[in-house]
Amino acid sequence: MAQPDISLERAAAPAPSRFRLPGPGQWKKYLPERIIKAVLFLCSIVSIFTTIGIVSVLIFEAALFFQEVSIFEFLTGTKWTPLFASKHFGILPLVTGTLLTSIGAMFVALPLGLLSAIYLSEYAPDRVRRALKPILEVLAGIPTVVYGYFALLFVTPILRNIADQIPFIEISVFNGLSASIVMGIMILPMVSSLSEDAMRSVPRSLREGAYALGSTKLEVSTRVVIPAALSGIVAAFILSMSRAIGETMIVTVAAGQNPNFTFNPFVPIETMTAYIVQVSMGDTPTGTLEFKTIFAVGLSLFVITLGMNLLSQFVVRRFREVYE
Amino acid sequence: MAAVEPIIRTRDLNVYYGPTMVINGVTMDMEPNRITAIIGPSGSGKSTLLRCFNRMNDLIPTFRLTGEVLFDGQNLYASGVDPTEIRYQIGMVFQRPNPFPKSIFDNVAFGPRVNGFKGDLPGLVEQSIRRAALWDEVKDRLKESALSLSGGQQQRLCIARALAVEPRVILMDEPCSALDPISTLAIEELMRELSRQYSIVIVTHNMQQAARVSDFTAFLTPQGDKTSELIEYGETRQIFTTPKDERTEAYITGRFG
Repeated sequence: MAQPDISLERAAAPAPSRFRLPGPGQWKKYLPERIIKAVLFLCSIVSIFTTIGIVSVLIFEAALFFQEVSIFEFLTGTKWTPLFASKHFGILPLVTGTLLTSIGAMFVALPLGLLSAIYLSEYAPDRVRRALKPILEVLAGIPTVVYGYFALLFVTPILRNIADQIPFIEISVFNGLSASIVMGIMILPMVSSLSEDAMRSVPRSLREGAYALGSTKLEVSTRVVIPAALSGIVAAFILSMSRAIGETMIVTVAAGQNPNFTFNPFVPIETMTAYIVQVSMGDTPTGTLEFKTIFAVGLSLFVITLGMNLLSQFVVRRFREVYE
Repeated sequence: MAAVEPIIRTRDLNVYYGPTMVINGVTMDMEPNRITAIIGPSGSGKSTLLRCFNRMNDLIPTFRLTGEVLFDGQNLYASGVDPTEIRYQIGMVFQRPNPFPKSIFDNVAFGPRVNGFKGDLPGLVEQSIRRAALWDEVKDRLKESALSLSGGQQQRLCIARALAVEPRVILMDEPCSALDPISTLAIEELMRELSRQYSIVIVTHNMQQAARVSDFTAFLTPQGDKTSELIEYGETRQIFTTPKDERTEAYITGRFG
């Protein structure tokens, strides 16, 4: 065994450097290193500058809008008619439309996503999981415009047929319900995949500890794995929610273009994203007040999703359990 | 070996992982209220054998077993036996402390809760923590996270957690291998104390530990490639002073393994 005092002596004597320091004639040797470093750095700041650019355009244009419309009216008004003769600039109908469809989507995606995550992480045999996970993730690869027409041309007729059987319920061709259901299916893989990752990272030793106390598989899943993975699961929920809030095509195609201040899922509504599409695709001349509305709406949307993402980061950091 | 009725006995126990036989023909009787140590070199299937006694190996998909494990005369692997029922009666403590990321109280209360315990839960928790010789250290902080305890305290908490379901047997899979010498000593004293009420089977790679705490010792070692056999089983004093098999002698005198 080495005596500690010997190693101390060794450490005290500085070893002579065997490497030459880069001298004047050696810049050629270091040039490629520097070029690569610079290129990599440039690539990484492109996305940062893009973000800065987008945010400053949003803020600049929205500021012009707010010179003409008071922020108070914008945030509290319940009528949104900037394209009509009598103009009202209350964003609340668009906000309720967005909340209605995204909360509706979460009602579909949360239970299905969490249950399939539990199945994949705790119950499925390896072979089943290896087959099922890629199939589930195919859902995420379907273009959202396809989902939109699936909602409008397939889900809505079914819902309308069902509603015909029930008195007092009538579902319009464009409605929030159909868009919510299909959007829920769209974000399902995100919820289940992220939740499953969180659950699988719970150490095996915890599961064994619970089994050794006579727990059934269900008890191990619900009392040990889910609580231990909770921060990851909550983060998955929040991220999926912010994805649903920002989702555009499904709601544009299937939910309508009628800014209704309502939480009724059976009537046409308009979300913030759908409104932006409507104006930017329409004949609204650029530079007008009508056109500037989309920047104000876009800024609001950005603030909401940014807030959700920050919240999810906070949840993960605050509630994460650290294991050895 | 003795007149008392053994609490766990194995009969011609063979264990396979897939096509590979890892344990061959283990037959041994374990006495109640005694500490039985299973020793052997790394990879000799000590933990695998231990995990046959509460059917923890069932969690491994490729695991297969032939022969019998009898607990109180009942075959644990008979069809219709519910492994969760077995695990109420045969508790387990693992190699690394694995408290749940919950409060100290909830850790100990976990087993009684999943088993539908109706009664004085705080009393049961206190009694279990006392038996695990941890009460004085944690009585004022039962609401704190179990992860705030030191490694040795966490392991005693895991023992308290196992005791709370009032098992008859406690299986310990190298319970001190992640602990410092002082915590190890505390756990060993605790084991001696617990053996008055419980039957304990401990796997250890530490021969001194087996010699210090156990009443009986089983020596397991691989024969040939992977398959392990029970070489010798008997009273600890006899195994460590006058081993009958030369392979046991070689192992305990440190000539191999």
